[in-house]
Amino acid sequence: MFIYLENASYTYNLNMPFETKALDSINLSIDRGEFIGIIGHTGCGKTTLLQLLNGLLEPTIGHVFIDGVDIHQNKKGLKEIRKKIGLTFQYPENQLFEESIYKEIAFGPRNLGITDDLLDERVKKAMKMVELDYNQYKDRSPFELSGGEMRRVAIASVLAIDPEIIILDEPTASLDPQSHASFLTLIKNLYQKYHKTMILVSHNMDVIAELAQRVLVMEKGKIIMDSTPRNIFQESVEQLEKIGLELPQVTYVMHRLKQMGKEVNSGVLTIEEAKEEIFSILKVKKSNNEIF
Amino acid sequence: MIKFDHVTHIYTGDREHEIVSLSDINLEIHDGDFIACIGANASGKSTFAKHINGLLVPSEGNVIVDDYNTRDKKSIWEIRKKIGIVFQNPDNQLVATTIEDDVAFGLENIGIEEAEMKRRVAWALDLVGMAELKDSEPHLLSGGQKQRVVIAGALAMHTTYLVLDEPTSMLDPRGRKEVLEIVKKLNKEEDITIIYITHFMSEAAEFKKIIVLDKGRIALQGTPKDIFGRIDLLKELHLETPQITKFARLLSENGLNIPPDILTGEEMIKELCLYI
Amino acid sequence: MKFFRNLTIGQYVHKDSPIHKLDPRIKILTSLLMMILIFLTESWWSFLIIGFFFTVNIWLSKVQIKYVLRGLKPILVLIILTLFIHLFTTPGEVIFQIGVIRMTWEGLSRGMFIAVRLFLLILTTSWLTLTTSPIALTDGIERLLSFFKIIGFPAHEIAMMMTIALRFIPTLMEETEKIIKAQMSRGADFESGNILKRMKNMIPIIIPLFINAFHRADELAIAMEARCYRGGEGRTHYRALSFKYLDKVFFMIISFTIALIIIINVV
Repeated sequence: MFIYLENASYTYNLNMPFETKALDSINLSIDRGEFIGIIGHTGCGKTTLLQLLNGLLEPTIGHVFIDGVDIHQNKKGLKEIRKKIGLTFQYPENQLFEESIYKEIAFGPRNLGITDDLLDERVKKAMKMVELDYNQYKDRSPFELSGGEMRRVAIASVLAIDPEIIILDEPTASLDPQSHASFLTLIKNLYQKYHKTMILVSHNMDVIAELAQRVLVMEKGKIIMDSTPRNIFQESVEQLEKIGLELPQVTYVMHRLKQMGKEVNSGVLTIEEAKEEIFSILKVKKSNNEIF
Repeated sequence: MIKFDHVTHIYTGDREHEIVSLSDINLEIHDGDFIACIGANASGKSTFAKHINGLLVPSEGNVIVDDYNTRDKKSIWEIRKKIGIVFQNPDNQLVATTIEDDVAFGLENIGIEEAEMKRRVAWALDLVGMAELKDSEPHLLSGGQKQRVVIAGALAMHTTYLVLDEPTSMLDPRGRKEVLEIVKKLNKEEDITIIYITHFMSEAAEFKKIIVLDKGRIALQGTPKDIFGRIDLLKELHLETPQITKFARLLSENGLNIPPDILTGEEMIKELCLYI
Repeated sequence: MKFFRNLTIGQYVHKDSPIHKLDPRIKILTSLLMMILIFLTESWWSFLIIGFFFTVNIWLSKVQIKYVLRGLKPILVLIILTLFIHLFTTPGEVIFQIGVIRMTWEGLSRGMFIAVRLFLLILTTSWLTLTTSPIALTDGIERLLSFFKIIGFPAHEIAMMMTIALRFIPTLMEETEKIIKAQMSRGADFESGNILKRMKNMIPIIIPLFINAFHRADELAIAMEARCYRGGEGRTHYRALSFKYLDKVFFMIISFTIALIIIINVV
């Protein structure tokens, strides 16, 4: 087990008039090589959970273990933890500050004491992972880039730490459709080509359905569902609707057809799968008609 | 009526080269219209929005709002009274430290009497469903609520046109729904003309008319069905098609006899019911 | 680490009380006059009257005493320090002496006097800020300063700046916290090293913060222009201020109190 949260709770403003419980007794284990999607409304505790995972927050109750070590037993070790776990917040372009893209991306590894050739290598690799050409971009100012490019630089600056796990909080928020599509490819590559363990928070169910292998549904500080996207979007539809979360669009269509008494399998996640399902039903119908 | 007459806009700005952000736009927006505007990044959407209420003036051509020309410095405040505008980042539009004071901000600026102001603020907050939170501080609200307050600020001015420049792109799905519902209601019940810029195709699909901008030109305009029926052209313009429309197209390409320009899940369900 | 989540602007405590309902202008003026008197007076009797005046006022305002004390906390060290400095440096009749250090009766009385003076100054500002919302405060200041408009004093602009600052403090605080966390996630260290190094380590926080703030300012300016903002001229006020019966009563009380203090000091 890579990451293990044991009975972890987090309360903001503990013992103050505005005390709010953001996470409530979370038990969660994450293995290397997983691709986890987290869904839930704003304020459900997603962002707090992410910050627990890389030690930015310490649970008020409970423990966080990474590779079997309780990370808050030894505060000095937290820097090591953040080396393993790369977290990017929503709108990461808001944290850029350096005069060149090279320096911006080198900030992370430099903090970890990496210098010279090794540093160059790190920066090059990180830029390759986010598909920014090293020679073309390295000397440019991050502030003259487009929104999508700035976000790539910000993500590269975390990738340059060479973390084993990448946590992305709403990486496609407020991007235009074109950048949105290219970011999805980028995220897919991080997982498939560069073999990073991924945790992705998104409001976009189509994205979660397409990318994640395991989905956590959060509500009021608790993880209320933890399963494959197929299971969640097929079997827990009523529960999702109850808390007001949407289904991926094609899943919704199939689900409604099933509700209307049609014999369809509603566990489809993409339009390709839905097409296969529709045509297989049509074939069965057709052959039945031929028999009678 | 808002009329764009051969409008071209060239940014000269601080850089050496000039950027043409609008080029020869001709357009008429009629009272009561319910229009979405889509386009890739740098297609000129925001420049277009800022031309409507004279925040930018055309380099060439004219923008006419109900007989007023946006070039005319004397009538600019009349124009801005008529046209409410909502921007992308809700935080950067709220000025005052409480909700009701913020809604009153525009009214204070145009010198409305206190009693009338109180009436209008209460009315506008009620219309967007934020009356209960009138004493709240802006930073304690959700993104959707903040945008509703911004809309109320425009309504209080008795605006007849509402221009929204990507109002939902920083919101979560709940906030997006809130804003879109309000906008629909305002068009239907208050007869306010809506010009809604968005990069969510599923949102654009809910409007009566869509304008597609590309490199500062109007590349396409028509009903959502007209627009989203042309998947290949949209791709060329770096725009997406709603997922359901893609699905419809996929089915029809594979021989199922359903219209390829279906826009919503409900329509799709109806069509599929005919076959299975 | 999310300290700011529910931070309210200023230290205003909302209560339904006659003091809260008073016109902010009269409260601002009262505070100003009282502060001047506290500075100038040399009589314990004045302090007694002022102390009594604010005790009654705070009691009427229904604000719990703990909020008043909270306001005193940061200044407590300063009060004690001044007390000690006066205690040991004022010449006069010696109470006791150890080596060169000696304590005098005059020092004790002077030290106590200055300590009470500081205490009353804080009490005055606390009374004002605890019972007056930031909006009322900026409104009051704008209206008071508008007397000086004739000599070109930018009263409206200053009030507007105060409003915007108040509005954006929580937003910017939240943003600061987020940037700190984001840079920590990139291995930045804000806790170790000497002062110089720590200052240098702040750069990755300060630069993005400034860039974002400028960006916000730019967007806000455009939004304000779109909402017909063109400075203070011809502007009306959502919260019109007018002297009500209560204000008149309070005005009489405060005039009487001030007259009393002046008489005591002159006699």
